[in-house]
Amino acid sequence: MAGSDRKFSLGGLLLRLGGFALLALGGVLTLAPFYLMFVFATHQRSEIFGFPPPLWFGEHFWTNYQILLDKIPFWRAYWNNLYLALMTTLTSLFLCSLAGYGFAMYEFRGRERLFGVVLATLLIPAILNLIPFYLLIYQIGWINQPKALWVPAMAGALGIFLMRQYILSAVPKELVDAARIDGCSEFQIYWRIVLPLVRPALGTLGLITFIGSWNRFADVNVIMRTQETKTLPVVLRTLQGATDVEWGAIMAGTALLVAPLLLVFALAARQLMEGLTSGAVKS
Amino acid sequence: MRKSISTAPPPTSKVSLAMRWSNFQRRYAPYIFISPFFILFLVFGLYPTLFSLYMSFQSWTPSDGWGRWKYVGFENYTFTLTDPMFWRAMWNTVWLGIFSGLPQHLIAIPLAFVIHMVLGRFKTLVMAVYFLPYITSSVAIALIFNTLFATHNGVINLVIAQLNTWPLLGWLLPDQNINWFLNSTIKYGLALVVVWQFTGWNTLLYLSAIQAIPKELYEAAAVDGASRYQQFRYITLPLLRPMMFFAVSLTIIGNMQLFEQPFVLLNGGASSATQGGQTATMYMYRTAFEWLEMGTAASIAWILFIFIGILTYLNNLIFGRAARGEN
Repeated sequence: MAGSDRKFSLGGLLLRLGGFALLALGGVLTLAPFYLMFVFATHQRSEIFGFPPPLWFGEHFWTNYQILLDKIPFWRAYWNNLYLALMTTLTSLFLCSLAGYGFAMYEFRGRERLFGVVLATLLIPAILNLIPFYLLIYQIGWINQPKALWVPAMAGALGIFLMRQYILSAVPKELVDAARIDGCSEFQIYWRIVLPLVRPALGTLGLITFIGSWNRFADVNVIMRTQETKTLPVVLRTLQGATDVEWGAIMAGTALLVAPLLLVFALAARQLMEGLTSGAVKS
Repeated sequence: MRKSISTAPPPTSKVSLAMRWSNFQRRYAPYIFISPFFILFLVFGLYPTLFSLYMSFQSWTPSDGWGRWKYVGFENYTFTLTDPMFWRAMWNTVWLGIFSGLPQHLIAIPLAFVIHMVLGRFKTLVMAVYFLPYITSSVAIALIFNTLFATHNGVINLVIAQLNTWPLLGWLLPDQNINWFLNSTIKYGLALVVVWQFTGWNTLLYLSAIQAIPKELYEAAAVDGASRYQQFRYITLPLLRPMMFFAVSLTIIGNMQLFEQPFVLLNGGASSATQGGQTATMYMYRTAFEWLEMGTAASIAWILFIFIGILTYLNNLIFGRAARGEN
């Protein structure tokens, strides 16, 4: 931008070239581990740690895939992952937009203070809740039950914050008032007027929630104790034994774990990045 | 509108009932709409946290059976605070906090500036590439790097060996294969992973803040003959201060909780380099789920909670005021 409206100069050109070179180097360093993951997924262990290590795709993806199927309930874990991500996303979309609507469009006693509580919970270090959370799940007998993972995550503070911000900017109050005069109940206003208007924000929140749930590890690892109930990241880690670790198979599983998100990200990178920074830039 | 209804005599009882319902639901609807968050927070956030405070004064292991804990006073706290393994884990955490935190920002700020300056149409694409590690599962990342860190023929060691033949760089780098899984080396590997994973996120934060700086400021500076470096130094950097504070705060909170990367790279604690790399949260996890000392683990959680609280407060005190005051 600032470069193009300047007059041509050798110094400026060199600076730009240097900038491009730097960015290219950074890009290579960022992408190389992903690339090697896919490459290693097609090689056997002996090849991965041979000299030179493989830099191009091999022929052993199906061998690795077969090892995965033999050692872990791979597709069961995949389904568990998908189920957790979908349940969290769907419930979050509903409850976060509903709460965001409540905070954005109503005047009520204690509103600022309650919203302050929502924001404050964002600052609580999540991993420190691990032990207390486990104790509670243990107490109510939800160990090994998927609902132990998605029910507590149904109405996250970040989602409420994002939805409130978006509703404030995208839904005119007059529209809500008009609907009310027409006899809409408060829930009908949310369902028929507000929801259709906030679709872009729902998309962003859906992406953020899906990705976050798809990648969850620490608490899943603690709550899901049997092989059948574990999600993919948890079950992949169990392959990391003491000796004779099948790194080719692990890389194949990792590639299958990462690939869907790469696809989703390729389609919606801009929306996701804008959504994630929207709160940060305003504050 | 509501006023006119309440003062007017009710036309028929049916209508007034409908009106009353309408007023009632309008008044209480927002509370109902926001209630799921608060119910979930009370049940799954606040209650267990308070319960763990209680638990931190008890001795309990799951095989004792629910409810059969024994009051031990401050024993869990004194045990933790005099436990050399805990302090080693705290040291690892702080070390990693600094050496995986600082580079992220030292790279991200100039990187964001360069992206903003040189790229036009491809800004989003390039930013997306840098951002990719942030949306990737930490477990996946740690597993990938686990293969890259292999001592013999590991890609990272081979790259270092290659760079070693270059002039200048060769002096700085060791000329033998590095064993990354030693108590003395594991922290460097962990820091590398964390920097790789989160630099893109910080770059995105800084880029969005840089883009919010009015173009006219740069133009005016350029007219006055300011070089590109001077523009960066005297316009971009000062105006970035609030974002720096925000991003650094996130890094502090995140780094003090590092868990998945060390947990996977140390094979859940089975690695011989565990002592040199395990973080405080990983130590807490192992106390609870490997040694099954729930009371002690709860005390570690609370000590960490207070530690992070103090750190956040100090960060606010020292840098927060400057960040807000400057703008």
